[in-house]
Amino acid sequence: MRKDIILAGVGGQGILTIATIIAQSALKAGFNVRQPEIHGMSQRGGAVEAHLRLSSEPIFSDLIAHGTADLIIALEPMEALRHLDSLASDGVVIANKKPITNIADYPPVEDIIAEINAIPGSKVIDADGIAASLGNARSMNIVLLGAATPFLGIDSKILKETIVGLFQRKGQDVVDANIKAFEAVAK
Amino acid sequence: MKKILLGDEAFAQGALDAGLSGCYAYPGTPSTEIMEYIQASALAKDRGVHREWSSNEKTAMEEALGVSYAGKRAIVCMKHVGLNVAGDGFVNAAVTGTNGGLIVAVADDPSMHSSQNEQDSRAYAQFAMIPCLEPSSQQEAYDMAAYAFDLSEKHQTPVMMRLTTRLSHSRANIETKDAPAPQNERREPENPRRFILLPAIAKNNVKKLCEKQADFVKLSECSGYNKLVWGNDTSLGIVATGIAYNYVMEAFGGDCPHPVLKISQYPLPKAQLVKLVGACDKIMVVEEGAPFVESQLRTPLEDPRILGRLTGALPRTGELNPYIVAKAFKLDVPEPRPIPELVKNRPPRLCDGCPHINTYQALTEALKGYDSAKVFGDIGCYTLGALPPFNAISSCVDMGASITMAKGASDAGIHPAVAVIGDSTFTHSGMTGILDAVWENSKITVMILDNGTTGMTGGQTSIGAGSLERICQGLGVDPDHIKSIVPLPKNHEENVKTIKAELDYPGLSVIVSKRECIQTLKKKK
Repeated sequence: MRKDIILAGVGGQGILTIATIIAQSALKAGFNVRQPEIHGMSQRGGAVEAHLRLSSEPIFSDLIAHGTADLIIALEPMEALRHLDSLASDGVVIANKKPITNIADYPPVEDIIAEINAIPGSKVIDADGIAASLGNARSMNIVLLGAATPFLGIDSKILKETIVGLFQRKGQDVVDANIKAFEAVAK
Repeated sequence: MKKILLGDEAFAQGALDAGLSGCYAYPGTPSTEIMEYIQASALAKDRGVHREWSSNEKTAMEEALGVSYAGKRAIVCMKHVGLNVAGDGFVNAAVTGTNGGLIVAVADDPSMHSSQNEQDSRAYAQFAMIPCLEPSSQQEAYDMAAYAFDLSEKHQTPVMMRLTTRLSHSRANIETKDAPAPQNERREPENPRRFILLPAIAKNNVKKLCEKQADFVKLSECSGYNKLVWGNDTSLGIVATGIAYNYVMEAFGGDCPHPVLKISQYPLPKAQLVKLVGACDKIMVVEEGAPFVESQLRTPLEDPRILGRLTGALPRTGELNPYIVAKAFKLDVPEPRPIPELVKNRPPRLCDGCPHINTYQALTEALKGYDSAKVFGDIGCYTLGALPPFNAISSCVDMGASITMAKGASDAGIHPAVAVIGDSTFTHSGMTGILDAVWENSKITVMILDNGTTGMTGGQTSIGAGSLERICQGLGVDPDHIKSIVPLPKNHEENVKTIKAELDYPGLSVIVSKRECIQTLKKKK
């Protein structure tokens, strides 16, 4: 098993939380993990990315080579396209629908969605809408993680266990809300 | 024990498990997480490991040397440009030598994700004539901590641990020891006078340091971290250092037909290099950072067999990645998809509610009408004042340079000359500049943006925050020209008035603009 995943979004959206959940779950499932991420200045409302490599074999490079990623998970639609140079010819994109328009020249969102939909197997999901309808707008990132789960090669039971472990100290309500968010798209 | 750790954290855990007594550091991307990990560690707390931030990298360096003097194990951590600040103590620590193990951990930032240059710290280690380790993986970063302490104590030398962004800030599963080693007992150095660098003693020390060099080369030749793996196709040999080795292995799918020398310990392992260069028609040198190894092999004779960043086989600047490296070997790789033109840049910006926004708004308005005004910036979030909509600063060079450049510009006739500097940067390197300006009563206005924290690196302790007026008074600034403002929209008119009055004062003024960082405020809630 080998999965190379790009996680993309805007600072503050919760990319690193998803990265942590997948990485910890992969470790539990017995895989090797590499997960480089950008810290520092780029977090200030700028574009943020993390690479995530999971493999049953040893992993050499921390970074994913251009043109070889199996999956892009993007919490923001334009950020999905920023990393298309990483995506393999048969790779797919799972992207959130809601744009973050904190720049003056943000392109028409329909054009962005059309670009994503042109990639076979890709999905654009209204993760913010789904999270809000579940009464927990902050779990948008977990909704998207749930949507990406069929592509991860990790048993969703293990992912759920990790989510429970991660949110436990915040109380059972938070745990339940996040599990609901995780299951929203799968159901 | 199995753990998922960042490269920075793996090194920190390795140091703790090897009996660390003190960690000293000033925050700087990508090195900050070393100290943060130790601050959060239960083991460090149980053992009373020193884990407070220092004022700057120089004080951190010297404090760590003091721990070493006392016979205990210490690490000092910084980003690459921080080593310039610590340079005096760093180079001279090589001359005094160490007692307890001393590791100087320096995280380089090639491609300058969060830095002003991409200097390569391996050159500093060579300059100071000390061994340097360059881990290629998080596991090596962990293992090397204990190895470096042993090396440091056995050979009485500081050891550099050179990290780079993509190792410092990448997580991996690693295996750690179950039981940490005990800390050293306090013990006096043998021959304690070697720490007194009077010329007579220093001359002797430098001679000894030179004599150690042959031993250091031998250590590199015998090191398990340097390995020469032979391949049958000797039309090309490969030298790959640190994480660049991973990119080479990735490019060849783990099975390289050419001989590969992986280097993770310096000075260069001469025996292996002689063997490789002697047997191969050409040599490709792949390294993250400057052409440090390549230039030693190639120049001054310009040996045309040596290829790398200097010859254009690899890009002269910037980080490597598996794609760039595979292309350099002319391997068959998938061509990347084009990025649609509609994708726009999304640069970092000041957070909503950030106090710096209001400070810049007030300063910009106060400066209206002064045609020749210049604002000299500094290192911190407020450097983003260079971008629209503010376009408020003319320079950003190094820690503290706002005050001293403003003074120089004022000496040359620029008026008003304004410095904008944060609280943490001020106590790091701004105070000495104030002394110069006090001495000459320079016609500059210094705005200290006190948000109570070292914000850009994620909100670490800022030693002088909240006391800046008193510090400036102590430095000799006229109390009548030390003003405080609170950067809030409701205070805008009043703040503009205060700033304007000080711009017109023909001498040194300090205006402290004080309001807590919106990020640290949010975390408290």
